[in-house]
Amino acid sequence: MFKKGLVLFLALVMVMTIFTGCAQPAQAPAAPAEPDPAEEAKPELSFGMITDVGGLGDKSFNDSAWEGIQKAGKELGVEPVILQSTKQEDYEANIGNMAQSVDLSIAVGFLMEQAMKVGSEQYPDVKFGIIDTVVTTPNVMSVTFKEHEGSFLVGVIAGLATKTNVIGFVGGMDFPLIQKFEVGFIAGVKSVNPNAKVLVNYTGAFDNPDKGKEIAISQFKQKADVIYHASGGCGIGVIQAADENDFWAIGVDQDQSAVSNNNKVLCSMIKRVDVGTYTIIKAYADDKFEGGKAIELGLKEEGVGFSDNGKNVSAEIKAVADKAKELVVNGTIVVPVTREDLEAFKPVEIK
Amino acid sequence: MSAVIEMKGISKSFPGIRANDNINLKIEQGEIHVLLGENGAGKSTLMNILYGLYQPDEGQILIKGKPVKIVNPNVAISHGIGMVHQHFMLIPPFTVTENIILGKEPHKGTTLDIQKAISDVEEISKKYELRVDPRVIVRDISVGMQQRVEILKTLYRGAEILILDEPTAVLTPQEIDELCIIMRSLVYQGKSIILITHKLKEVMSMSDKVTIIRRGKVIDTLNTKDTNIDELAEKMVGRKVSLTVEKKEAKVLSPILEIKGLKVLDNRKLEAVKGIDLQVHGGEILGIAGVDGNGQSELVQAITGLSKAEAGEVFLNGKDITNLPPREIIAGGVGHIPEDRHKRGLVLAYTLAENSILGSHYLKKFRKGMGLSYQNIREYCRKLISEYDIRTPNEKVIAKSLSGGNQQKLIVAREIDRDPSLCIASQPTRGLDVGAIEFVHKKLIELRDEGKAVLLVSLELDEVMDLSDRIAVMYDGKIVGILDAKDATEKKLGIMMAGGSAQDAV
Amino acid sequence: MESRINEFREGLLNTLKEIAYPLVAILISVIAGGILVYSFGKDPVLAYTSMIKGSLGDWNKFGETLVTVTPLILTGLSITFAFKCNLFNIGVEGQFIMGAIAAVWAGWAFAGLPAILHLTLTLLVGAAAGGIWASIIGWLQAKVGSHVVINGIMMNYIAMYTSNFLVRTALNVSGKAYSVEIADTAKLWRFSQAFVQFKHSRLHTGIIIALIVALVAYYILNKTVRGYEIRAVGFNPDAAEYGGINVSKNIILSMLVAGMFAGLAGAIMTTGVQYRVNTLFGFTGYGLDGISVALVGNIHPIGVILSAFLFGVMQKGGPLMQIQGIPKEVVGIIQGIIILFVAANFVKVIMGNIKQRKELKKTALQEGVE
Repeated sequence: MFKKGLVLFLALVMVMTIFTGCAQPAQAPAAPAEPDPAEEAKPELSFGMITDVGGLGDKSFNDSAWEGIQKAGKELGVEPVILQSTKQEDYEANIGNMAQSVDLSIAVGFLMEQAMKVGSEQYPDVKFGIIDTVVTTPNVMSVTFKEHEGSFLVGVIAGLATKTNVIGFVGGMDFPLIQKFEVGFIAGVKSVNPNAKVLVNYTGAFDNPDKGKEIAISQFKQKADVIYHASGGCGIGVIQAADENDFWAIGVDQDQSAVSNNNKVLCSMIKRVDVGTYTIIKAYADDKFEGGKAIELGLKEEGVGFSDNGKNVSAEIKAVADKAKELVVNGTIVVPVTREDLEAFKPVEIK
Repeated sequence: MSAVIEMKGISKSFPGIRANDNINLKIEQGEIHVLLGENGAGKSTLMNILYGLYQPDEGQILIKGKPVKIVNPNVAISHGIGMVHQHFMLIPPFTVTENIILGKEPHKGTTLDIQKAISDVEEISKKYELRVDPRVIVRDISVGMQQRVEILKTLYRGAEILILDEPTAVLTPQEIDELCIIMRSLVYQGKSIILITHKLKEVMSMSDKVTIIRRGKVIDTLNTKDTNIDELAEKMVGRKVSLTVEKKEAKVLSPILEIKGLKVLDNRKLEAVKGIDLQVHGGEILGIAGVDGNGQSELVQAITGLSKAEAGEVFLNGKDITNLPPREIIAGGVGHIPEDRHKRGLVLAYTLAENSILGSHYLKKFRKGMGLSYQNIREYCRKLISEYDIRTPNEKVIAKSLSGGNQQKLIVAREIDRDPSLCIASQPTRGLDVGAIEFVHKKLIELRDEGKAVLLVSLELDEVMDLSDRIAVMYDGKIVGILDAKDATEKKLGIMMAGGSAQDAV
Repeated sequence: MESRINEFREGLLNTLKEIAYPLVAILISVIAGGILVYSFGKDPVLAYTSMIKGSLGDWNKFGETLVTVTPLILTGLSITFAFKCNLFNIGVEGQFIMGAIAAVWAGWAFAGLPAILHLTLTLLVGAAAGGIWASIIGWLQAKVGSHVVINGIMMNYIAMYTSNFLVRTALNVSGKAYSVEIADTAKLWRFSQAFVQFKHSRLHTGIIIALIVALVAYYILNKTVRGYEIRAVGFNPDAAEYGGINVSKNIILSMLVAGMFAGLAGAIMTTGVQYRVNTLFGFTGYGLDGISVALVGNIHPIGVILSAFLFGVMQKGGPLMQIQGIPKEVVGIIQGIIILFVAANFVKVIMGNIKQRKELKKTALQEGVE
């Protein structure tokens, strides 16, 4: 047995030498930040995006962020780079990897906060961006969203659309970021329909459609006819349940009407992650990159909103929602952020 | 009669061994032809070549006078050759029919035509007088039945020549008799049978012709009726062997093993041993005779601590060892040659050295601080190898690579070398060849002559009668009687084994 | 004397032959993967150079690769150890998680202890947590007879949710999806503290611990009475019982040790890399990768080290491959192909087939002559 192990090792070493042979010019352990000769030929500006373990293909958060980056890339004539993480522990290394290859590395997702802190300190000469959380290192620009404001709008729509006066909320994991969705949503419902009851449940995960479906169906059985989800991949299950049981689902992050086969997505709270990533790159390209700064995108900045690609929101309701938006933008309504805020929240009549 | 199979000048080498050396074999139509030889003589290799599992290095095979190349078993089957392996190739959860038709299923369109399959099976079963129930699950039928299914499987594929590899090794005496009848009937219907065995009695009772193979070479081919057991034994082993056991008068000492009112459950939780009282003295061999499945295995397991005694007590040298952990019972002085050497007796994937300390492995003499002293262990094993004449390249090969006889010798060596006051020998010679049997018997008698107690459990009545000083007969979980070996006859024991009392037997 | 030289020559020849198989396997898998990359319109040479560059390109990358290799060695050893007792410890994932979260607790709750003591304690608590978690599975198998694999899978879920619960409650940093950070005294020493070459890597002394544990595992399994008993139970429990070996005890014990290895892997992840535990959205993968590591490593402690290294290189080479434009999925497929080829030992099989076919042809020809 030992011999077999040894044999495998020798074989490995031999193969490795072949490769490292090929890779010789690049292999010199130079300072990590020093650009490769190959990379020197690239245009002056280069940027890339790092996803969390969720990765592309979520038809939501990550895909949207990537859209913004691609848009910026097209405008600037740059081919952007993408790196999708496979393990949580790799975030730090991945940020390092990206920092060595491009001038501006944007990490998408609050899960990478810690890693970004460390990574940005390790590479002080490289610029970074992070979406959905705040990192204060002087070479990082942070973009967050006022999800509660967007959720407020879809709450208004839900409050008007319900017939049973029972509305559901399906959260992913129960922590403050997701609670912002919950709180804003409830505030919106209460603003237009004080008698409506909102059922709140959490799936405890972001990647379990079955769980999302299960909870949505149980809320449906409690008479809910509009269900809003802020639960990542679990939401696909929520929308499936809507398809099968004929109630309204409200999508999140991106317009999710395409996810439903029977057009049962009432509307979607959209978080313009693309605006976020685009904003950072644009700032960098225009030499307006402000390290250490945190931008919060709300209704005012068009960073959140709602969309209705399924054309399921009636003109009257839409008018009320637009009015609500106006009131939030001009400061008449201050949408609550935490559960404590919500308790103190006094609905303002929307006219 | 014409030759259905002729193998000419077959040679086959494996690394380090010439398994077949220029072998010539001729099988006539309608005969039962025995291939006789010790374990490892090359019988199975030759048959595997005929069945297409191996390719010969040299030589030629003719079937009905035409040269053929048998590159795999499918070719062999298409030439009408069928093989029943020693270890059955059946699928236990399938029914008899499903097993038989496997690979040649009758079908209606794309669906399996199970009704036709069943009637086909019933038909050949009737034709060859091999009664089986086509609908039962193979797992639930006896070993003898399973063997019939194997034979039917070959017949279903149109076999004209059947190779049976050690068919009696797994059978009870009754089943052996039945097999004998089946073979006669097959031959009567024009089939030819090649029988691989090393049991001399079977050669005499079953075969028409016998070819003796020793160390890869054909020694002789004889007509069975022109020969006798002693001649066959000598040709097979290559020297004169004594087939009768020679032993001195027993010097019986005080009891070493005492069993009182022992009751044991089997693994289905049914009472298998139903209250046994027994004493085995130093200096005697007590043989337990009985048909398989009458509680012998459970009795031995309870004595050795491998299953729990439900009631009763077991004393060893006056000390109560009932339901002690096996390790303490071994340490107390019990050696145990288990009935199934592959299941219990050996860790086949371990080297001989590692196997030689099983049961004593924790003792100080095999240790060096926290670790095992492999040097001491190997040295010890080398000692056993030379003292007990175990045929092996060295002590570092795994037990699996040894022939059955040598595996058994290793177990005997290990159990006897522990110097036990009681040695339990359960089926100690099952599947062994003449030379090895002689060896094991000699060792057991030596133990007895040293004043140790020997408890012999065997399904081979001859063995029990040859070795024992006293014979206890077990039937249905009880001891129906104990005879002095001098008074025991095959007839008497036979009646008792069927549940009759010693008085009936007189 | 001459026979000795011959023996040596034969040995050398055999070793070379044996090297040839995995070598050819790796080469073929690399070529197969390369064709795949090419069919996606990407440059295969670039793909592989980035894999090597990304994992071994400089000291920092090498360090990061070892960071990944460390837990893989330990989870691979966990699988190996249980496997020797014929137990498939699929619960390794849960044991890893429990080790990690227990280490967070110990590293946080006992702040104030002297460093060496605190670190040792933290690692031991992690190992113990994994060990206890695994021995529950072992106990259920040995005493109740419910199967190790099913219980292992269930215990994995229980571990994941227990960890998430603790991260959200007792060990929570308010408002965050991760746990408290362990005290500095409970952190493993990092190479970056002394070697500028490893400045940007998290390489820590855990790799040394893992290597030592591999040797310990080898020693226990192959050189001690306990190892003798465990392997005997694994190969043939009936024979072991016959030989006076307590089967249940050895099953529980080998699960305990296997769990300790996995728990230690988790604890090292906490004390060496993460310093905290994140809310888990799914399994970490270290445990499940450990299964492949053990299988590719031939269920042998030393083989595990080498195979963990192979896995580490592929995992750490992945990001740079992605940056070079090879899609994540293709990177995954290439990794899968390489593992498949190495594990299947298929070259040997194919060579055997070719040889046999040649022989058949030869005999067929001879026949024709006759």
